[in-house]
Amino acid sequence: MALNRKIAYIDLSTGKIEIKPIPIDVRRKFLGGRGLDAYLLYNHTEKGCNPLGPKNTLMVSGGILTATLASATARTHVMAKSPLGGMIGSANMGGFFAPELAWAGFHHLVIKGKAEKPVYLWIHNGKIEIRDARHLWGKTTTETQWAIREELGDDDIKSMVIGPAGENLVRFANVMTGIKNSGGRTGMGAVMGSKNLKAIAARGTLDIKIAHPKEALEYNKRFIDQITSAKVNQTQGALGTPFIWGATNSWGGVRCRNFQYNQELYCDEIEPEAIDEVCTETMGPDHMAGCFGCQVHCRAKYKIPTGPYAGVYDEGPEYTSQGAFCGEPDCRSIETLLTGNHLVDQWGMDNLETGSIISWAMELYELGILGSKETDGLDLRFGNDEALLEMVRRICFREGWLGDTLAEGGIIASEKIGKNSFDYLIQVKGVSNLHSDERGTPALALNIATASRGSDHLRSRPAIDLYHLPEGVLRKIYGTPVPYDGPLSSEHTEYIGKPWQVFWQENCYMAVDCLGICKYHTVFLGATLPNFEDWPKVLYYNTGLEFTPREIWDIAARCNMIERLFNLREGLIREDLYRGDMLNHRYFDEPTRRGAPDVVGRVIDREKFKKMVDEFYEHKGLDQNGIPKPETLKRLGLEKEPSHLL
Amino acid sequence: MGKVLAISQEKCTGCRLCEVVCSVFHDGISNAARSRIKVMKWESEGLYIPMSCQQCQDAPCMIICPVKAISRDESLSRVMVNQNKCIGCRACVAVCPFGAMNFNIIDRKVFKCDLCDGDPQCVRFCEVKAVDYVEADRVSTSKKRSAAEKISAARKEAAVLESELH
Repeated sequence: MALNRKIAYIDLSTGKIEIKPIPIDVRRKFLGGRGLDAYLLYNHTEKGCNPLGPKNTLMVSGGILTATLASATARTHVMAKSPLGGMIGSANMGGFFAPELAWAGFHHLVIKGKAEKPVYLWIHNGKIEIRDARHLWGKTTTETQWAIREELGDDDIKSMVIGPAGENLVRFANVMTGIKNSGGRTGMGAVMGSKNLKAIAARGTLDIKIAHPKEALEYNKRFIDQITSAKVNQTQGALGTPFIWGATNSWGGVRCRNFQYNQELYCDEIEPEAIDEVCTETMGPDHMAGCFGCQVHCRAKYKIPTGPYAGVYDEGPEYTSQGAFCGEPDCRSIETLLTGNHLVDQWGMDNLETGSIISWAMELYELGILGSKETDGLDLRFGNDEALLEMVRRICFREGWLGDTLAEGGIIASEKIGKNSFDYLIQVKGVSNLHSDERGTPALALNIATASRGSDHLRSRPAIDLYHLPEGVLRKIYGTPVPYDGPLSSEHTEYIGKPWQVFWQENCYMAVDCLGICKYHTVFLGATLPNFEDWPKVLYYNTGLEFTPREIWDIAARCNMIERLFNLREGLIREDLYRGDMLNHRYFDEPTRRGAPDVVGRVIDREKFKKMVDEFYEHKGLDQNGIPKPETLKRLGLEKEPSHLL
Repeated sequence: MGKVLAISQEKCTGCRLCEVVCSVFHDGISNAARSRIKVMKWESEGLYIPMSCQQCQDAPCMIICPVKAISRDESLSRVMVNQNKCIGCRACVAVCPFGAMNFNIIDRKVFKCDLCDGDPQCVRFCEVKAVDYVEADRVSTSKKRSAAEKISAARKEAAVLESELH
């Protein structure tokens, strides 16, 4: 059964491997996935450790429902102290790795130390072996995966790997599985690289007994019908996430020219429909692919139509690639988009961070803060497609002064570049923001400012705030499983009631990440999708464990608080621009220049923002400095952390 | 003759939900290794092909079985294995041209698609209809239709080109 999946502690310095069961009382406190990873991180890392040193601890996991009959339990979670901002590092990816890991007998891996030479882990039906990976070092992400299959003689092996960027300790290198599934954010690939760990390969044929198989089947059918009947998922299933970028761009909610503009004009070539055309031409009309067990199938397949990589197969591109290779650097060519997407996939670097940091450098170049001496002659102006792609390469291989500097991530790079370069860096906790502009949407601004892993939309964004849903509908969603009778507003430019929505979403997304399912299967983009009321049934039918919706809410709040405790231990200060819950001054001082009438000309009001943060802290049970009150820790059972239960 | 499993590989999204529902329905266990259907993948080309038993009329597995454990069940147009007679010699596994006969290393018996007694779960859960359950004589109809659509589209394009010339 799912509950007998194990946890393995792997010390790469000594080669020692220890395998243990995961006790039920730990499950009842933290479920699994990101929540349990956060607990493990807090318990297994020393305060202030070097994120790229052997003392950092890397967690890899599936959720408690991974590979069971709950819809889309495809997600793999990876966690460590982040080399990008020094706060919590956390990345989550789809694909097929976590289910294979679960069939191989494991839900959680805790990886410590540093191997002397490059190695990879081979995990097969309850056994773990550390193998030589010197021959894999230097290979791209897909070359590595196929080489492992060839070496071990099994095409069904699923691996999570790093590419050259992870080996070169680019601080925003990602981990990857398959063609394009990426655990992108916060530099988890660099942590793997720092441990000389090239890959983790899994293959399993161990049974996962379903507690109530008949009910699990029937409930899953209902679940799928609910999920696929949502219009937003049908559109995702046809156009993928590019549709979100296109829709958001239409009203002025994306980021262009490193936050100078909030809408990209004259960009027909990179609209979702144009991308879909290339996919259809190169892969046929049925060109969407799905992650494990998922009926949304939001991943497009394509071949690059023109240019030096013409005919090469890849998958995506996602919203973040449109932002990274089009909107932000102000390039509008589909060839650049699909080629850039391919390069970061192959080399293993976060497309979001890559596009953001190059666009930041482009603005610095146009302002004269960077000159051709620093760029080694590269004309790094906005809209220069060739310079953009060349810069991606230089960062991955740390070539030239600027390539090597930008590979360090925004905060360290801003120290090296000096002058007032930091003022132009759009980041929170050292992590670049999604290529979206939140000046017209205070709820979303609060979300990115307070997200645990740094500026990010997948930790607490109330995306449905943009739908102007009637207050009654909002009350129905946000009033369970804990009652809420405070204000709620259907108006996306408002500040009132938003802290509760962000708090609710923070718990919702944490619950999903503990279960191991995808956010397209909950209240993220679709207001009608499953949440707290539905999960107890899925959990019970698949694992036999009984929970109330309220208990799942409490678990999520507990796990979010552990992440908070970790960040506080690493030096989080409320209004600190480097490591706080604070936004770049441009959010408050520079009005948006484009967009719909209710978006153009907007800034975030400093005082109202402060009040939102106050309120958000109050909901979470934090004091005004963002530190948990003693009674909050007691209520969540966290007063004795680190408690070393596992 | 009844319904058959019709696979349109170009529609498959590669999600493998069919494998999970198959093993849960039959064994109460999630394990792709227990599934009667398996999605074969060429990931570097984005090619996914679900493979399952074709319930052959002249089934090689049935012919080769030395103990006559395999027979046709005409009521559901399927080929069935009698587990009481099966000696686990795996001759049927070796001879099946589609690799659709499987051997379970835990129970040490062969197993294959039984069409879930007339309600194939892989079909029920496949939203894109890459796996469908249709009357045997209708399988080719949808292919005829899509081929005909292409001819029709080509004809319209030709007409447009011709009118542009004038």
